[in-house]
Amino acid sequence: MNAVLSPVAALGRAVQNVLGLIGEVFIFALSALSHLLRPPFYWRRIGRSVMEIGYFSLPVVALTTLFTGMVLALQAYTGFSRFNAQSAIASIVVLSVTRELGPVLAGLMVAGRAGAAIAAEMGTMRVTDQIDALSTLSTNPMKYLVTPRLIAGVIALPLLVAVGDILGVMGGYLVATLKLGFNGTDYLHNTFQYLRTDDVVSGLIKASVFGFIIALMGCYHGFKSKGGAQGVGAATTSAVVSASVLILGLDYLLTQVFFSS
Amino acid sequence: MSTAAKISVRGLNKAFGDKKVLDGIDLDVMPGTAMVVIGGSGTGKSVLIKCILGLIEADSGSILIDGEDVLKATPARARALRSQIGMLFQNGALFDSLPVWENVAFGLLAQNKISRRDARAKAGEFLAQVGLAASVGELSPAELSGGMQKRVALARAIAGAPQIMFFDEPTTGLDPIMGAVIDGLIVDCVKRLGSTSIAITHDMASAQRIGDVAAMLYEGRIVWTGPAASLLDSDNEVVSQFTHGRREGPIQMALRR
Ligand SMILES: Nc1ncnc2c1ncn2[C@@H]1O[C@H](COP(=O)(O)OP(=O)(O)O)[C@@H](O)[C@H]1O
Ligand SMILES: [Mg+2]
Repeated sequence: MNAVLSPVAALGRAVQNVLGLIGEVFIFALSALSHLLRPPFYWRRIGRSVMEIGYFSLPVVALTTLFTGMVLALQAYTGFSRFNAQSAIASIVVLSVTRELGPVLAGLMVAGRAGAAIAAEMGTMRVTDQIDALSTLSTNPMKYLVTPRLIAGVIALPLLVAVGDILGVMGGYLVATLKLGFNGTDYLHNTFQYLRTDDVVSGLIKASVFGFIIALMGCYHGFKSKGGAQGVGAATTSAVVSASVLILGLDYLLTQVFFSS
Repeated sequence: MSTAAKISVRGLNKAFGDKKVLDGIDLDVMPGTAMVVIGGSGTGKSVLIKCILGLIEADSGSILIDGEDVLKATPARARALRSQIGMLFQNGALFDSLPVWENVAFGLLAQNKISRRDARAKAGEFLAQVGLAASVGELSPAELSGGMQKRVALARAIAGAPQIMFFDEPTTGLDPIMGAVIDGLIVDCVKRLGSTSIAITHDMASAQRIGDVAAMLYEGRIVWTGPAASLLDSDNEVVSQFTHGRREGPIQMALRR
């Protein structure tokens, strides 16, 4: 009977573990958010984190979105020239970038860069007792380390994506005019012809959510890390993987919420 | 308890999983005395002071600071009682993202006791008290040697003028001379502030330099307390084996588990 039940039991345990983990992350996030309205406020820390997450990720996000815009234009051209629908290319580029690829690719890139850095820094602070030291110096570690990073993630990602949107369109424009021989004015006209505010705003909202998730995963895994250098390494990996998976999953859910009606 | 102890620990238990680390600790530290806690590596000395500091949650027992049980007090009250404790961590635990001066002034800045502008000068004063030049304040902790890091950590711990001070293996990892220097600074600082202190060590020379009284932690309990000066000629077998570093005796080192 045990042999029959053991896979079921294993499944049960796995589900239990996952649920426990989700609960723990949820409580962690709530506890960090509970500091939003209670002083002291660490403005300086928020500013620093915005620089860390946003400004220093600018090159990699810029590169990613620029090339994405270029490739999209090329792909759309090879696909649609068969149907003589060249005017659609500009729309395809701008809608794909603003609604979908800008936030998702920026999110994944920042998860790999800033999310990993947050987890590594926080994990090192944990295993070298720096987090404990904060408590002994009248400072709440959640409030000092986690809350500012969550705020910074929510602010920095939309800013990055806004820049990425522009660069993505620019990439498409460059390929369309320089390589495919389109007229530049027509291309820009086609770009904005069907673009609605919602398309851009929904992408920026997605970006905010992803920024929150990246900072949350970095902080959570860093905070809970133990066992020296190896533990910090494991925390970093978990932070990047969990943030990436959550970004992809939430992207689907958010897209459904925004555009299903 | 005749006169009221500054810190009084009763029946303190802490287990990690099924591994019992603290198994009914009883310990009293009288106001103004320097207690040293000795014991082998991994016997739970750090866990003990982390429980008092509230960094690790004790399973049961009581911890009285100024006669009030911090384990039963409201979170805010417990925080207030513990805020009078200054702590020197085993490896310094300096914030490596901040310059030295900001490390030293961290507690004062956190409590809004001084402005950022005054903090630099104030940090210089505390650095001078541990024998460091004010210019060290501009460096980052990673640029300092181990002995200097310990000094900076000590400066950070005394900056809040704590009534209680904990030192976790203050001389471990330092050469004997630097160890003696740090011990001297600790004694000076504790005396100047008139604090009550608990120091953890397994260095007998250090224990006798900084301690008035000593306690031996063994198998999760305090098995002996007495004057620090009598450590080397205690007739308790456990203490005697430990302080003289003998291989034969009641303490059997767990070579494998
Ligand atoms: N957070 C923790 N989780 C699990 N085990 C721990 C934790 N902290 C300490 N321990 C265990 O408790 C025991 C005592 O540790 P510690 O107090 O650091 O020893 P020491 O006396 O050398 O300071 C060790 O065996 C250690 O593995
Ligand atoms: Mg220790």
